[in-house]
Amino acid sequence: MRNPFVPTPCRIIGMQPETDIETTFTIDYSCTPRHGQFVEVSLPGIGEAPISISGFGDGFIELTIRAAGTLTRRLLACTVGDPIFIRGPYGHHFPDDLFSNAFLVIAAGGCAVAPVRTLINARLDDPETAEATRLIFGFKNPEAVLYKDEIERWKKKTSVIVTVDDEACTWNGRNGLITRHIGDIDIPDPGRTHAVIVGPTVMMKFTTIEFTKRKIARERIWVSFERRMACGIGKCGHCKIDDTYVCTDGPVLRYDRALTLLD
Amino acid sequence: MKRFLTFDEADSVLREQSGICRFVGPVVLPKRGRFSDSDLTLYRPVTDMRDLVFDRKTYRSPKEFVFEITGTLLRFVNGTVVEPPLLQTGTALFCRSCDIHAIERLDAIFLRNGTDPDPYYAALRQSLHLILVECSEPFDSCFCVAMGTGHTDTYDLAIRPVAGGLFIDCASPWANTVFGSAGVEHDWTLQYPGRNGNDVTVPATTAMPPELFTAPMWEEYSRRCIACGRCNTSCPTCSCFSVFDTPVDGAPGPFTERKRIWDGCHLDGFTDMAGGAAVRKEYGARMRFKTFHKIYDYRKRFGRNMCVGCGRCDDVCPEYISFANCISRVAALIDESEVRS
Repeated sequence: MRNPFVPTPCRIIGMQPETDIETTFTIDYSCTPRHGQFVEVSLPGIGEAPISISGFGDGFIELTIRAAGTLTRRLLACTVGDPIFIRGPYGHHFPDDLFSNAFLVIAAGGCAVAPVRTLINARLDDPETAEATRLIFGFKNPEAVLYKDEIERWKKKTSVIVTVDDEACTWNGRNGLITRHIGDIDIPDPGRTHAVIVGPTVMMKFTTIEFTKRKIARERIWVSFERRMACGIGKCGHCKIDDTYVCTDGPVLRYDRALTLLD
Repeated sequence: MKRFLTFDEADSVLREQSGICRFVGPVVLPKRGRFSDSDLTLYRPVTDMRDLVFDRKTYRSPKEFVFEITGTLLRFVNGTVVEPPLLQTGTALFCRSCDIHAIERLDAIFLRNGTDPDPYYAALRQSLHLILVECSEPFDSCFCVAMGTGHTDTYDLAIRPVAGGLFIDCASPWANTVFGSAGVEHDWTLQYPGRNGNDVTVPATTAMPPELFTAPMWEEYSRRCIACGRCNTSCPTCSCFSVFDTPVDGAPGPFTERKRIWDGCHLDGFTDMAGGAAVRKEYGARMRFKTFHKIYDYRKRFGRNMCVGCGRCDDVCPEYISFANCISRVAALIDESEVRS
């Protein structure tokens, strides 16, 4: 019997600081994840945590990690070459098959751009799907903007709105909460549009409301939940909401189902 | 095969099985109880049948013999991962019908839910033999009949302890091998409880009315519950655990273990995430979460209720919260809700 708790020993082969508290790690872990999946990352003696996959390629994955807890703070103090342990990928991914012939709006808040980054790049790599993709990101302030250079490249391929919560600052993007700008997204045909909304709980709640005002049906809105997915394999119980295990039935959930999940 | 054994004859079977199979059942630990000069009843290995007690309910369920309170998941030794050996010591468990049902509830989580079977649970489970103890007269707080768990056909051996010995019914090849030649043939019929003193109404809904999630009744539990988690640890079906890394004392070089420990949805920190986010900060919301899991959402996922009506949570609650009563209150509220709509 396979032991699902056993991680693979890996190395950090790259570290790209994104902000003061977020770094994108490249790790020599071979897997073929789907967009929106996560891995369990650990350091011996420190612990293990679920982290979204923000990039992958031949023989490596990328993880954009914010120093928020015991493990992640320790990870940001690591250097290239250090050992790191990975298992996964886990979880239910974004439904790429449904998206392939559809118009897609992706809204992400803060470090939740990480779980949609691979989906964005896959959409924008193909000029046809790039044309049918719109992006909107919200960050706390200009210093918190992730993937700054990459966003500039994305802007050359499609319409990208970037806003910061901080109303007072002056910068080369918009100001105000992401919800204020949903009305400005060019959505030619809401009936054949899907929306992906990922971010803090409050952001997801109010952003989905704005998208339903734009006539996108609940059945075409997709969210990704953040919960304490300690095992990632449907055993430990920490992430359960109603009869849904977020680690295996999510983290990507259709909005009409997500609405029924009351913690 | 039905037989009668004297305790001495049963003890010699236990001796023959020494080193092959340990026998675990309810025993009294004198003066280890919660109050001064009170006793504690727990599942413990026994070598003398006379040590088993059948007129007291155990404080904790026997689940720790398939799902350890703390268990090692893996070891990190000099940068490599080492899996601990799987524990496969044969265990024969003297338990009641409710606790056998409870083990089946754990099977759903550990063996079937999610991506893979849990190898540590599977190893202990595969080497577990179930000895059903007849339970014709349930304890005061039991509500197995309401939960449909007072009867089971899943056992290797059934016993009826009486003065001087026990009637046995060998129902599996293991039982026939171990007990088939002990004592004398003797016919008897296993009895099951027909009713409980504790009358509970169990809701049957598969679509919980949303207003039940915010019903005022949960606020009462916010005032009474102290989030000690005794209900979780005494419950035979609570399966949640937390994972932590710990250094191994005295080990040479970098050597740490990744372990798991029982956790419970009533306990502080259960949903904490890095950065400080958490859900169900109110204790009443935790009571609601546990209640719905035990009598509603587990059933939606696995086809039957998780709670087996053993009543231990009611026995151990320091605030005298009755889970049995809570179930009936939920059923009444659902009825009201359906009448209104």
